[in-house]
This record gives sequence, structure tokens and C-alpha cells, in this order.
Amino acid sequence: MIRVQREDFDVGAELASLTSGRHGIGGVTLFVGLVRDMAGEERIGAMTLEHYPGMTERELEAIEKEAHERWPLDASLIIHRFGRLEPGDRIVLVAAASPHREAAFDACHFLIDWLKTKAPFWKLEETPTGPRWVDAKASDDAAARRWLKE
Amino acid sequence: MRVLYFAWIRTKIGVPEEVLDPPADVATVQALIDWLKGRGPQFAEALKNPAVVRIAVNKRYVGLDHPIGRDDEVALFSPVTGG
Repeated sequence: MIRVQREDFDVGAELASLTSGRHGIGGVTLFVGLVRDMAGEERIGAMTLEHYPGMTERELEAIEKEAHERWPLDASLIIHRFGRLEPGDRIVLVAAASPHREAAFDACHFLIDWLKTKAPFWKLEETPTGPRWVDAKASDDAAARRWLKE
Repeated sequence: MRVLYFAWIRTKIGVPEEVLDPPADVATVQALIDWLKGRGPQFAEALKNPAVVRIAVNKRYVGLDHPIGRDDEVALFSPVTGG
């Protein structure tokens, strides 16, 4: 399941909902992304996440489907927030549940790596020198490339 | 044709979206970008470096040679930075 929302999410409640009634699950891996207060040497007051409604959901669904084709998953979840967020706020939750931990770890890692380079979200940071769009990182592209099939 | 701009490209151009009627020979994404760049300095500046422009037609990623038509929704944006 995927959700794109302005509101915060409750990680414990999401975990309980994801596993409820699915007794074949042996392990769940969750990744939670948070807003940092620093970008390089600069202090960040807050950030605003913009996205492309419609395309965002389509991309997240495609990424989730790809994970299910690659690993034996019983369930998965992607929640991504948009709007203005402050340091410490949760931005994203990715979870993968499988009978065995290896698939859960790998699928969770894949989901966040691919999401970062494919889902149409953009971060605008509030810095002491004014608002600044975050640049895409080559390290994120490299992380995503690890999951390309030969 | 509906054309959407996001993030850095939207900031440079100054509007989030437009309904446009480009000439009939604007039949690919590349031709659209070239035509847009002639509409004013803010377009030329925002679209000057194709390496940092991502394109979606009808909410799917495409390349510069992808065909476009008047009923399409074309989005131009900078590389994504979510997660």
C-alpha cells in the first residue's frame, strides 16, 4: 500500500496494521526518514516538500510492485509526506514484511533507494540565507544503481 | 497542451502551469523545450541545461525524443529529491 499525505503517521500503528492477520510474516524491516537540522555546514529551519500529485502515486505504486516481483513479500507500505516539515519531523516510512529477514531487509533498502531517485518529490530548505532547492545527490543515484538488474 | 513546472524550474519560470498551443511542428519534447526557451529569458534560463531537466508526459517519465500532442500533459522538473 502507498499513501501520500500532509499529516504525520504513527509508526507503531502502521506496523500493527501491516502485520494484522498476516501470520506468515516472520520479519518486518522499517525505514523512517526524518528532517535533519543541518545541510552541510548550514542550519536548516524547516523544509517544504513539493510533489506532483497523480504522478507521485503512480511512481510509488510502480516501485512497490517492482519490490513484490523481486522478493517474496507478504506486505509492504510506503508513506510519504508533503508540505512544510521541521527538524525531527518524520518525512517517509517504508516497510517490507516477509517470511524471512533477508528479503525484508533487501526489499526495504530497495524501496527507499528507488523512491529517492524516481518519486517526484522536491525539498525546499529554509536556510539563514533564504530558501534553497535541494540538489539531487550523485550518491543517491549510485545507491539506486546497485539495484539495477544486469 | 497543459504544461506543468515543478521545484527549481517552477521558481525560475514563475508559474506552476500553463495551457499552451504551440505551433504544429512542435511534435516532440525536445521541440517543445526549444520553443519554450524562445518565450522569454526566464524560460531560457530555467531550461538551459538539459542534464538537469526531467520530463514526464501524462505522468510517465520520457526522453527528449518522446512525441507530444495537444491533449498531453507535459511536466518539466529538476531531478527529484524526496525520501
